[in-house]
Amino acid sequence: MSIELKNISKKFGEVAAVNNVNFSVNDGELVGLLGPSGGGKTTVLRMIAGLELPTEGDIFIRGERVNDLSVQKRNIGFVFQSYALFKSMSVAKNIAFGLTIKKWKKADIEARVAELIQLFGLSGLEKRFPHQLSGGQRQRVAIARALAPKPSVLLLDEPFGAVDAKIRQELREWLVTLHHELNVTTIFVTHDQEEAMEVSNRIVIFSKGNLEQIGTPREVYEQPANEFVARFVGVMNVLEATVGGGVARINEIEFPATGQEDGARLRIGFRPYAVQVSNDLSLLPYRAVLRHTFFLGILLRLEMELPSGLIIRSRMTKEDYAQQGLEDGREVSFQIKNYRVLASDSATLAPELESKYQQPPTMGENI
Amino acid sequence: MGFTLFYLSAIVLIPIGALILKTLGIPWSEFWRLATTERALAAYKLTFGASLIAALANATFGTLLAWVLTRYDFPGRRLVDALVDFPFALPTAVAGLTLANLFAVNGWLGKYLVPLGIKGAYTPLGVVIALTFVGMPFVVRTLQPVLENFEREVEEASATLGAGRMRTFISVIAPSLLPSIITGFALAFARAIGEYGSIVFISGNQPFKTEIAPYLIVMRLEEYNYAGAMTMAVVLLVFSFVLLAVINLIEQWASKFTKG
Repeated sequence: MSIELKNISKKFGEVAAVNNVNFSVNDGELVGLLGPSGGGKTTVLRMIAGLELPTEGDIFIRGERVNDLSVQKRNIGFVFQSYALFKSMSVAKNIAFGLTIKKWKKADIEARVAELIQLFGLSGLEKRFPHQLSGGQRQRVAIARALAPKPSVLLLDEPFGAVDAKIRQELREWLVTLHHELNVTTIFVTHDQEEAMEVSNRIVIFSKGNLEQIGTPREVYEQPANEFVARFVGVMNVLEATVGGGVARINEIEFPATGQEDGARLRIGFRPYAVQVSNDLSLLPYRAVLRHTFFLGILLRLEMELPSGLIIRSRMTKEDYAQQGLEDGREVSFQIKNYRVLASDSATLAPELESKYQQPPTMGENI
Repeated sequence: MGFTLFYLSAIVLIPIGALILKTLGIPWSEFWRLATTERALAAYKLTFGASLIAALANATFGTLLAWVLTRYDFPGRRLVDALVDFPFALPTAVAGLTLANLFAVNGWLGKYLVPLGIKGAYTPLGVVIALTFVGMPFVVRTLQPVLENFEREVEEASATLGAGRMRTFISVIAPSLLPSIITGFALAFARAIGEYGSIVFISGNQPFKTEIAPYLIVMRLEEYNYAGAMTMAVVLLVFSFVLLAVINLIEQWASKFTKG
């Protein structure tokens, strides 16, 4: 096991940034720390690096407790969101910096720098200064610099935050390839669930300083531990139903609810792909009006309004949609093929997130 | 463009042109003799020497002050920050009078310093003190924005790569600050060479001892010795131009890696 966090808490004055977090990262794993801003994920990353000290708990790197080890001695590579390159040094000097500090032999430094320049596609840029590089190149220099002294862990803070969308996609793929080649244990922080899903072996989800769930992208998508995770990762329809006579009911929609007491309120979640839609009004049990269709590529997202005013989201392929002759404003029938009763999350949703949910992230559509 | 040229001409070029034209009327040997009289040489020596020492002191302590002002938050920080501009705002004559009184034998500071052998008033040391006072804001104000823009993360990056605080300062922070320190130093130095008002009161203006070049120029004028005044003025002028050129070169060199 490469990294282990045990009962880690961090307070800034009175404000609790991280609450009793436990998780571990295996050797060679690529793990994403995901959550909304202010969720505590960057603080966790900085604590692993030694840039912040935990208020409580222990951190282990390769079995060694590092709480009392200074940043300088932890042998980690850290890539900052702003890249934090040394402006007065050339690309080659930037990459060599850590090696010079560690007093490598001159020939060894030169060989290592040349190797990294080659690996990171920076040939010909050795003598340039950071301000003469593009955003993507700067980031590669920052990662090369962090990796040069062969750290036991590579930590990246919002590595794709500062570049535009197209380069972002390339960088993601490149990071996965790089990780494949080097196999160095890597932890990165992101607020972009799509990025986390695409790049990570496992995802650790934070909200308001609490660890909400840890699992593979598939696990967190298919078996979200709670409502927060369900809504943060992919699109989720969430309805609150009241139990009565063995069924949970919300307006016209019913879900079987055996073993639940009458009057209990359940939060029920289902993904858009679980909603089957038909133009044949007699085919499926419920009726709704198709309000809006969003084009997402080969898939379309349908927003349907029930007679009671409830909005439910579904999705279908372009071909299906055309074949059924659907269009905005038409009446359709639908059914919900599977759903989950959601555990409430450990903390209520932060207010700034509520607005985000009005326009749900689209990741789920692609899985 | 037209306005810039007109303004520059009216304010700078025409007076300088007139000065040089006037001087051209003086034969070279006469010019050289007037520019290098023993009294003039002693005055240059004091002006340049004291200015250099004052600028060096400012470069050192101004850097320190700018560092403290940007890095630490303490009660009264904003007040101190505002006071940095004080030497700019204060009429130099007032500054000179105040300093002279402060360091005189029976002054607030002089009372304690003179018995210790530190004579501030009417000595070359007084000249250095006055020049340090007027030049201080240059270094602080040049450095402050640079320090404010210096990313904390760059220092942290250095630490994650294994560098201690001292190493980080020498290898990472100092190279980024050096061009600004040099610029601030040069500005303070240039200002000190031309300084007049604050010094005449504290120096005592004894020929060969505490007489600065600008004061000697005034003396020559009062003696109706225009040629003597003019030659010395040209010497100072040439020096100022050289300094200006050096500042510009440094700024060009610095912009190589401070922009972007």
